[in-house]
Amino acid sequence: MKLIFDKSVPGRRGVQMGKGDVPETVNIDKKFLRKEDATLPELSELDVVRHFTGLSKQNFGVDTNFYPLGSCTMKYNPKMAEKVAGIPGFADLHPLLPQLRMGGSLTQGALHVLYETDLLLREIAGMAAFTLQPLAGSHGELTGMMIMAAYHRDKGNKKTTVLIPDSAHGTNPASAAIAGYEVQTVPSDNNGVMDMEAFKSMINDEVAGLMLTCPNTLGIFNKNIKEICDLIHSVDGLAYYDGANLNAIVGHSRPGDFGFDIMHINTHKTFATPHGGGGPGSGPVGVVEKLVDFLPVSLVVKRDDGTYALEYDRPKSIGYIAPFYGNFGIILRTYAYLLHHGKEGLRRISENAVLNANYIKEKLKDDYHLPFPQLCKHECVFSAEKQLEHGVHAMDIAKGLIDAGFHPPTVYFPMTVPESMMIEPTETESKETLDSFIAAMKDLAQVAKESPEKLHEAPVSTTVSRMDEATAARKPCIVCV
Amino acid sequence: MIPENLYYTKEHEWAKVDGENVTIGITDFAQEQLGEVTFIELPKTGLSLKQDAMVAAIESTKAASDVYSPVTGDVTEINQALEDQPELLNDDPYEGGWVCKMVCTDPGSIENLMDAKAYDEYLKGM
Repeated sequence: MKLIFDKSVPGRRGVQMGKGDVPETVNIDKKFLRKEDATLPELSELDVVRHFTGLSKQNFGVDTNFYPLGSCTMKYNPKMAEKVAGIPGFADLHPLLPQLRMGGSLTQGALHVLYETDLLLREIAGMAAFTLQPLAGSHGELTGMMIMAAYHRDKGNKKTTVLIPDSAHGTNPASAAIAGYEVQTVPSDNNGVMDMEAFKSMINDEVAGLMLTCPNTLGIFNKNIKEICDLIHSVDGLAYYDGANLNAIVGHSRPGDFGFDIMHINTHKTFATPHGGGGPGSGPVGVVEKLVDFLPVSLVVKRDDGTYALEYDRPKSIGYIAPFYGNFGIILRTYAYLLHHGKEGLRRISENAVLNANYIKEKLKDDYHLPFPQLCKHECVFSAEKQLEHGVHAMDIAKGLIDAGFHPPTVYFPMTVPESMMIEPTETESKETLDSFIAAMKDLAQVAKESPEKLHEAPVSTTVSRMDEATAARKPCIVCV
Repeated sequence: MIPENLYYTKEHEWAKVDGENVTIGITDFAQEQLGEVTFIELPKTGLSLKQDAMVAAIESTKAASDVYSPVTGDVTEINQALEDQPELLNDDPYEGGWVCKMVCTDPGSIENLMDAKAYDEYLKGM
């Protein structure tokens, strides 16, 4: 497809401007004026419409195709939540309004949404209170680790390290490090979960806490979770629950009941809010009773007369971590989603997410190596080891899937499995979709055996064929137009 | 091929020991696992490191991973060629792809390393 600049024809215009009745004078100091005209494409309106409509048709997303990108939970977001977020009474609210004199009375509906979402999340997670401010899951992690640091500072604890398993998301060590801690990596055992003996040997008075995802990145639920939290508490450490995989257990079990003290929720994974594109995101953080004082300001409180207000007078708070009240539109979508599904609906979300992942796991285990064959939760991890015997890597399978009309799974993560392919179907896909994906994967396994060179060339059906990722990263050609 | 004259770590770094001077890098196995290297964050000269402390960070098209110092010592020289040609780590891990040179301040740390034979067996056991 040609760039819009390549389609430019000198002199072509979308609109012919009439002669102005204002004198043509320029009041800008000459030193600020550009020396030569900007190079802009010259096109008709129809040229532009066709160009961008053509581009939009090349978009690949959950609204067009199956997208089993493991760990990312690329589920379908019901349009209902989008519609609610678009209600003018919400969409047109100015964020300063509740802080202006008498403005609170004009924003009771929005404050009600924030207040009620906090209550619902408490019930779902088993936590004492939530802040809805963090603007992404990773931002939630940082907020949580800052709360952990504030707790230890407040108690006069001298803590230096945070323990994180080797299968953790990369953001965990980054968050702990930015909060001022040294990170120690706990190895996995042969079952793919955190090695208990190694973990026990690393616990000492220096340990500020542990960051853990459960189920973990391999989709495996850690059966020692209660003991793990107890061990961390034995040195006055705090247990942080990375809520990235909460969608696997929501409605069935609660991190607060496992013994976790702090957690974040990725609203785009567990509930239905938009994915990716750099935001807007939301990563609410919940804490147990002893940490409530450290939550960021502001918090929404309910007065005796039933009206809502923002509370800022919280002396132990870690302070502001985001402007205003977080990404309100995303919290609103979360609230709509929670009310829409209710308790029973939420249970069925995690049940179907787990069922779908296990269905794929069982159907493909003869075709691809399955390093951890036990029951999985919301995602399953295969290895392309068998295909490697024919010179076919996980990356080749991924590219082959693009030709078959599917988004590839996550490859080469988790790093604890060589040639890993991490498949997360999510709960929103039908059996028919899963079956056609399974058929495509089986087909690719066959091609890998019979004509591996075909997969080295994939994808062949796309506008742009296989990218040279190494050169792109080594010698990036970044052009500003 | 695993060069006979080097020492090795379980994390797949190599160390070439010449008296107190030690040159370090990553093994062929390490570069194979990483895939095409796109970037390396090198240490600053003068940095004092304990054995197993992080000395560099490597990014590849597959992953980001840390390089740990095989010995205790001070960094004296870094391989600046890697900044423009990170592919040297893939193409020539034992020679042109060296990471940095150090002065070893604790000879005992060298004794913890594997020789070529032990590393070869370690790889076979993986």
